[in-house]
Amino acid sequence: MEKALTAFEKIWNKHVVKEEEGKPALLYIDQHLVHEVTSPQAFEGLRLNGRKVRRPDLTFATMDHNVPTINRENMKDEISIKQMEALKKNCADFGVKLADMYHPDQGIVHIIGPQLGLTQPGKTIVCGDSHTSTHGAFGAFAFGIGTSEVEHVLATQTIWQDKPKTLNVQVVGELGVGVTAKDLILAIIAKFGVRFGTGYVMEYTGEAIRNLTMEERMTICNMSIEAGARAGLISPDETTVEFLRGREMVPEGEAFEALAEDWLALATDEGAEYDHTVTIHADEIEPQVTWGTNPGMGVPVSASTPTIADAEYPDEVKRALEYMDLEENQPITSIHVDHVFIGSCTNSRLSDLKKASKIVEGKKVKEGIKAIVVPGSFLVKQQAEEIGLDKIFIEAGFEWRNSGCSMCLGMNDDIVPAGGRCASTSNRNFEGRQGNGARTHLVSPEMAAAAAIEGHFVDVRQFVGVPS
Amino acid sequence: MEPFKEHKGIAAPLNRGNVDTDQIIPKQFLKRIERTGFGEFLFFHWRFDDDGKLREDFVLNQPKYENATILLAGDNFGCGSSREHAPWALEDYGFKVIIAPDFADIFYNNSLKNGILVIKMNEEQVRQWMKKAEQGLTLDVDLEKQEITDADGTVVSFDIPPYHKEKLLNGWDDIALTLLEEDAIQAFEEKRA
Repeated sequence: MEKALTAFEKIWNKHVVKEEEGKPALLYIDQHLVHEVTSPQAFEGLRLNGRKVRRPDLTFATMDHNVPTINRENMKDEISIKQMEALKKNCADFGVKLADMYHPDQGIVHIIGPQLGLTQPGKTIVCGDSHTSTHGAFGAFAFGIGTSEVEHVLATQTIWQDKPKTLNVQVVGELGVGVTAKDLILAIIAKFGVRFGTGYVMEYTGEAIRNLTMEERMTICNMSIEAGARAGLISPDETTVEFLRGREMVPEGEAFEALAEDWLALATDEGAEYDHTVTIHADEIEPQVTWGTNPGMGVPVSASTPTIADAEYPDEVKRALEYMDLEENQPITSIHVDHVFIGSCTNSRLSDLKKASKIVEGKKVKEGIKAIVVPGSFLVKQQAEEIGLDKIFIEAGFEWRNSGCSMCLGMNDDIVPAGGRCASTSNRNFEGRQGNGARTHLVSPEMAAAAAIEGHFVDVRQFVGVPS
Repeated sequence: MEPFKEHKGIAAPLNRGNVDTDQIIPKQFLKRIERTGFGEFLFFHWRFDDDGKLREDFVLNQPKYENATILLAGDNFGCGSSREHAPWALEDYGFKVIIAPDFADIFYNNSLKNGILVIKMNEEQVRQWMKKAEQGLTLDVDLEKQEITDADGTVVSFDIPPYHKEKLLNGWDDIALTLLEEDAIQAFEEKRA
C-alpha cells in the first residue's frame, strides 16, 4: 500500500519541476493572480530585461486595493490613477487578461478567483498579496509572494520553494449558534499566537470544518497568514465540488465529473502524518473581539482586556492598550465604536452580507457612527441587490458601496480618522492599518452589524434578530 | 543584485516584537510604481508625528543611530502584508543586515531577493547586542565565514541556508538562474498537457 499523504504533500508532489537535496524545489504555478499595487515593478523588470510573460493564459489581473468605492468615475488621487493606468498598460503589453474597475468580473482578487472558478483544488496559486492563503479553502496550495517573486512567476511560471512543514489544526466539536468561522479563526490565533504557523502549511481538519460552507472556509484560510503560516488548506470534499460546479472557468458535463473525482482524491489520506498537530474545541468558542494591535490579541466578547502584569510580554500589551486607548481589565462590551466596516477578502461574500443584514434589518445604526458595507466583488454586489440587501443596509443607515479592498487598508479614500475606532470584519488590526492613528477591532460580520446598532460591542447571540 | 560578502556597521536596536510591514512602510506609500525612493517613508508614523516633526524618542531618530546599517529586531519581524516595499524601504534607508530571533516568512524571502542579509539569531544574543547597542555597537558581519564579530572581538557564528548564501555572495539574479532550467519547465508542461 502506498504511503498515506496529506493533501498538501499530494499537491506538492504533482508540481515539482526540479528538486535537489539541500536546495529549494522549483515548483510549477498553475494560477497567478495579479493586482495593481505589487505588480508594476515586476512588469518593469520584465521590460528592462526584454522578457515576456511565459503563460499569460495562467495569469489574471484585477484592480482592488486602490479603487474608490464611490465616485469611481471621478478619481482625484493622481498616484492611484497612475498605478492603475500602469496595470492597464502592463496587461495590454504582456497579453494578460484584466478585470479593470469597470469590468463585471472586478472585485477583491481573493473574492473573484473562487467566484470565477479560477481557484480549484490541487492548483498551486500565487499572488503578490499575503491573503492568497484564502484559496487554500479549496484544497489548493496558495500563498502570498513579494514583487520579485511576482516577476519571477511572470517570467518562468515557476517559483523556488523550501518545502513547508505540515501542521494539523484539529477543530474538535461543533461551533455554537451565533458563533462564526471568523470567531473560530480569531480564537485559533488568540490561542496559539501570531507566529505559530511560521514555516508550516496549516490544514484545518475536524467535523466543525467539514460542516462549514465554502465561503466560511475561505474566511478561515484567509487568516492563516495572521498566524504566520505559509498557507492554509482544507481538504476538498463534496462541498468544494458543488461550489465550483457551473463556474465560468471550470469545464462542464463529463469533463467536470472527471475533474471532480481527481479533486476528491486529493483529500488527506486516513492515517497521514503531520509534522505537528494542535487542537481546539469549537464548542468552547464565543464570538471574538480583538482588543490590541495584532490579530492574536483577541478575547471572547464576554471577557475583558488583559491585565498588563499577567501578560507574557507586558510591554507589548501595555503598548497595544495605549495605542488602542483602552484600560487594562476593561470589559469588551464597554468599548464604543464610531466606525463599522463590513467588507474585505475575509468577510465580504454574499453569505457575510446576508448574515449581517439579518442583524440590522428594521433597525437603525446608532447616531454618530459611520457604517459602510463594501461587497467583495461587482458580482457579490449585484447578487446582494437582487435580493434586496442593499435596501436593508441603506434603510438601517449604512452606506452601500462598490467593491474593493477599501477600509481594510485604506489605500483609497475609505479611511478611519486618527483616534477613530472601528468594528471591522477585516483581517488586520495593526497600528494605523485603517488610517493613521485609527483603532481597529476585528470581528465577524454579525458582531460588526450588532455594534453598529448598539454603538458598542455586544454578544450577538443575545441580540434580537440573531439567526438561529 | 550587488554581491554581499562582508559588512561592518553600526547596529540600531528596535526592541519590539511582531513588527509588521504596515509599520515598516505604511500603505499611503505603496502607490509608487518604482522600486526606489522608499527610504524616506521607512517606519513613517514611528519616525514622524502628525505634523511631520521627528519623534525624538524613536530609536532611529537618535543621532547615534543616524548612520546605522544593521538593524537588531524583535521576534517575527516583518509579519503581515507581503509588500516588498518593506525591504525596499529598509534597503533604501541604508540597512544592509537585519538580525532577529525570527522573521515572517514572506518578508525573509523578499529581503534576500533585495540583497539584504537577514540573520536568524537566538533571542538571548539579540538581547545582549540590543543592550550593547544602547551604548553604541559596531558589528562586523562576514557572510563567507558566517560569523559576526563584535567590537570587543567576540565572534558569534550564524546559520543561513547554503543556497541563499551562494546567491547573496554572487549577487545572482533569480530569474536568470531559473531560465537555465527552461528545458525542465518545458518538459513539465508537456508531460501535463
